[in-house]
Amino acid sequence: MNRLQTLFANKKNNLLSIYFTAGYPELNTTLDIAVALEQSGADFLEIGFPYSDPVADGPTIQQSSEKALENGMTLNVLFEQLKQLRERVTIPVLLMGYINPIVQYGIERFCKKAAEVGVDGVIVPDLPIYEYEKLYADTFKQNNLSNIFLVTPNTSEERIRKIDRLSNSFIYLLSSSSITGSTLNVSTSIEDYYKRIKAMELDNPTIIGFGISNNASYNKACEYANGAIVGSAFVKHLATDNHLQTIPDFINNIRPKL
Amino acid sequence: MHMKYGVDEHGYYGDFGGAYIPEMLYPNIEALRAQYLKVLDDDDFKAEYDQLLKDYVGRPSPLYHAKRYSEKYGANIFFKREDLNHTGSHKINNAIGQILLAERLGKKRIIAETGAGQHGVATATVCALKGLECVVYMGEIDMERQAPNVARMKMLGAKVVPATSGSKTLKDATNEALRDWIGNPEDTHYIIGSAVGPYPYPEMVAKFQSIISFEAKKQLLEQTGSELPQYVLACVGGGSNAIGMFYNFLDDETVKLIAVEAAGKGVETGHSAATTSLGKEGVLHGTRTILMQTDDGQVVEPYSISAGLDYPGIGPQHAHLFKVNRAEYVSATDDEALNAGLLACQLEGIIPAIESAHALAHLEKMTFNPGDNVVICLSGRGDKDLDTYIKHFGY
Ligand SMILES: Cc1ncc(COP(=O)(O)O)c(C=O)c1O
Repeated sequence: MNRLQTLFANKKNNLLSIYFTAGYPELNTTLDIAVALEQSGADFLEIGFPYSDPVADGPTIQQSSEKALENGMTLNVLFEQLKQLRERVTIPVLLMGYINPIVQYGIERFCKKAAEVGVDGVIVPDLPIYEYEKLYADTFKQNNLSNIFLVTPNTSEERIRKIDRLSNSFIYLLSSSSITGSTLNVSTSIEDYYKRIKAMELDNPTIIGFGISNNASYNKACEYANGAIVGSAFVKHLATDNHLQTIPDFINNIRPKL
Repeated sequence: MHMKYGVDEHGYYGDFGGAYIPEMLYPNIEALRAQYLKVLDDDDFKAEYDQLLKDYVGRPSPLYHAKRYSEKYGANIFFKREDLNHTGSHKINNAIGQILLAERLGKKRIIAETGAGQHGVATATVCALKGLECVVYMGEIDMERQAPNVARMKMLGAKVVPATSGSKTLKDATNEALRDWIGNPEDTHYIIGSAVGPYPYPEMVAKFQSIISFEAKKQLLEQTGSELPQYVLACVGGGSNAIGMFYNFLDDETVKLIAVEAAGKGVETGHSAATTSLGKEGVLHGTRTILMQTDDGQVVEPYSISAGLDYPGIGPQHAHLFKVNRAEYVSATDDEALNAGLLACQLEGIIPAIESAHALAHLEKMTFNPGDNVVICLSGRGDKDLDTYIKHFGY
């Protein structure tokens, strides 16, 4: 079992994951941000590696990626920073990014490095099922990395079942068909979609992401899924002064301490 | 048809192609693929497509035997006159095909990306024709250098949205169009303008552009007694006019296919769009292909004076034809293209698009045997580029 699988075996509700772009706002604060998030109660983390053409991202994450690239973030730099990951962070960590930087780095080398520094899974929005199964699945498995698939309100039931079979930690439910950072309108159709997924009784836990930005949207997501992911809202937080010191407040606003 | 050079059932041409799309686009791409495969054998579709190409676009486009060019270069040079199409380029062939598909998919809203503005104009035109809403994404920089086409699109009723992210050119306009589609999957169809993008786009665009070589073969037979020339040339941005010009010659291995990329200020100057010289294999805009990128896999900004060739990748079928050596990929610089454009004005009375002028420029570097037949795709007319020509030559 990797850390993700252990987490989901032990905690079923109100999970909170935070996404941030490595190298933003500064090149060398990746681990400091990760540590502050763990200390503030985040259950797992998604560390984004930047790409020049992030088609699934809205302006907030686009700009953080541009800035991170300007700052000199690359996969080499990131893996160098993550060498100390497991000395400082115990919660599960996923890497999130687009396929082209991985192709250039080399898929085997990427997976090996990720496993070596203690990464538990990978989210690659532009890696579809067919290509994953044909070209990547074996390498992921050899390195004990979970691949996380996305499901949207338009994904067919048959395809969701297939994704459930291919997944071994959790399924990432998109709150709507949108790029990251769009505002979530909690309409009845979204509730229907959440309910429909819940009724499918999938083998894997589900975590809802895209558009989760405050306590209300977080709570709504947790009614139907095992937890939620906050991305753009946290990246926005990183643009504020004293963002490291105020991470506990940020987390507390999303998921108030009991 | 083209078993050797064609696509497999998963959308691959050898090592290239596929559909590297986020899950959000999967239902759209799947519906498009199914509809595309259906219309391939649909007589109604074919009849409507042919009719529009004939009566609206003005096809067949002439195959013109350029006599003074032929004298100059010592071979029989033919221009395939896509510049004479309605809206001024080959882009309309694909736009017509895709708007008919969009109609059959029940889509009400059309989006497109554009570089030079020719594809945007073609898309705005077919949307006017069908009464559909049209949104065109165009890099902010391209909106400046192709201003007349921006105005044309607006006159035709399209909304032109500047792409302000990244390099503010064609690649970013494509990103914006994809983002729009992710957010509007149900009512919107994305008419991609070149033989790029996730499967089925490269295949579909090639098919709609293959009319170019379909006609050229017949015209060659009439004019030369053989449907096979010695050489076929076309410029390559994403590769739609080139693949259309090559398509029906692919299996005729005696025909030498030459694709001309934009070298910009020179292949090694750092200001170039010569993808096959400068690129490596990777994934761009949903397809595995050859693209210009850093060692870290970040897409590099290309440069060309011609907005239509200013793209950091090529379509996956071109990547395959390059890799297996079925076609030769060469390049022409800004200056070589501009001079070739001027030569076409002065020898043949034709002002070519700067894109097409890149293909003409390569003639300077070729040697021919007497009697060789050479077909060049004149993909578009130069009206949109008059400013650039005039400034460069000081008229
Ligand atoms: C006249 C003309 N030729 C060629 C191109 C390049 O595109 P493609 O390589 O898809 O033919 C363009 C693109 O805008 C164009 O306008």
